[in-house]
Amino acid sequence: MSEFLYLYRGSRPSGSPEEMQQVMQKWMNWLSELGSKGHLKAPGHPLEQSGKVVTGKARVVTDGPFAEKDVVGGYSIVEAKSIEEATELANGCPIFDFAGGTVEVRPIMQM
Amino acid sequence: MDPSDHLFRHESGRMVAALTRIFGVHNYALAEDVVQDAFVRAMEVWKFAGMPDNPSAWLMTTAKNRARDVLRRERTARTFAPELGKLLESEWTLSTALEENFSPHLVQDDLLRMMFSCCDPELPEIAQIALILNILCGFSAGEIASALLTGLAAIEKRISRGKKVLAQSDRLFQLTDAREVANRLSTVHQALYLLFNEGYHGSSPSAAIRSELCFEAMRLTDLLRESHLTATPTTLALAALMALHASRLPARLDAAGNLSSFVEQDRSRWDHELAGKGIQLLERAAEGSEVTVYHLEAAIAAVHSRARSVEETDWAAIVFLYDRLLEINPSPVVALSRAIAVAEAEGAAHGLEAIRAIDERERLERYPFFHAALGELELRLDHGRAAEAHFLDALRVARNPTEREFLSRRIAAAGAALPT
Repeated sequence: MSEFLYLYRGSRPSGSPEEMQQVMQKWMNWLSELGSKGHLKAPGHPLEQSGKVVTGKARVVTDGPFAEKDVVGGYSIVEAKSIEEATELANGCPIFDFAGGTVEVRPIMQM
Repeated sequence: MDPSDHLFRHESGRMVAALTRIFGVHNYALAEDVVQDAFVRAMEVWKFAGMPDNPSAWLMTTAKNRARDVLRRERTARTFAPELGKLLESEWTLSTALEENFSPHLVQDDLLRMMFSCCDPELPEIAQIALILNILCGFSAGEIASALLTGLAAIEKRISRGKKVLAQSDRLFQLTDAREVANRLSTVHQALYLLFNEGYHGSSPSAAIRSELCFEAMRLTDLLRESHLTATPTTLALAALMALHASRLPARLDAAGNLSSFVEQDRSRWDHELAGKGIQLLERAAEGSEVTVYHLEAAIAAVHSRARSVEETDWAAIVFLYDRLLEINPSPVVALSRAIAVAEAEGAAHGLEAIRAIDERERLERYPFFHAALGELELRLDHGRAAEAHFLDALRVARNPTEREFLSRRIAAAGAALPT
């Protein structure tokens, strides 16, 4: 088994309380299903929407990133046999219910 | 968590009410923002970490912490709740004041005060209901529009105008003056009654939405029962009425999902425990001297609930209760219900006579049940052709697919009764 990092990107859905509860419920179901199949190494964390970026030799500090496509909203670590399987497992992620949602799947190097 | 438990929706009302008291009603929008923010946090954190042991407390604490940030940041720029005076202005007292003001019994009180504020007599009843659904029950304007089958723009307008009326006062309705409480309580009763009826008889074709409206009305009536200020005999009668009617909800749709008429309902599917609770509430509601519409309607429902079948029902008692009801609330709709009871007690011919004697019966022309009742009675007298004509009239004014489906079946039944 290899380990993979899922990086979740996409706008945070807002809506009525009922809609938000349903979105949350879907995520909880999806992650717990991954867990019960033995694929979830660590559920990971959500990340705050805003942060700082330190750039270059001068260590210039800027706010951001702000562009929705660049903001990582959270991450998880999964276990799978191959990148193909890890990608397949990401298919059920509720982030795809909203336009612009992506899951970046990155193999974690063995050390 | 059971997804049907509407945790977010229900906590929304509690948090908004508590925050509105602390910020002042004029800062209602700020309270909404804080609540929205608490939900976004809960959604993100719970997604990954799972549900906390006490999700309600988690949400309330998150809202309280956000409120503290807002108060610190904006206390020079805004005026907050006058009832908390200077407590929020000093760092020394802020945290203690916040802790005290988020205590569960105060929050319960805030919900009640918010309910009274929403039922401002200055607002039309439909606006009061829309506000209750939005603020106390946590429904969005879109969800309210689809539950009440009205346009989204109209509901949004009602809600925003309602919130403007609320914001004219800087504090929530005060439950201190017994006479003011009593006066406003009758408006609250009426709004909850209409909310319940919207679910029970309303036009939304979805059974799920309709029973949800009924349960929201019951939940809010329970809130009135829990406070000594508002647990009056009339409140108990209203609660009794809702419990007795709601006990029939499981039988209102048949196995195929079609609306079953009261006569056709499989009474074994009634919720007898809920009906029993309704009867107990009604007994306690009789303690006062006042007899209200709610008392009488609950009493009628109780007679039905005690009967094992339509035939075994004490229809004479029901006619008597409708007579009392007509004395307090003379309306053609009540008179129609009375006439149907007369038909059961004394025969279809007497029922038809009673319908013909209804004052202002032309007001019932647009009411499908009026034509359907005429149809049923004619059918009982074997007047298939007359029955069919009435059912066709009913079909012309039917309001939704469920009603149309039901009436089509009655037209077929009338057709089958025609001599061949």
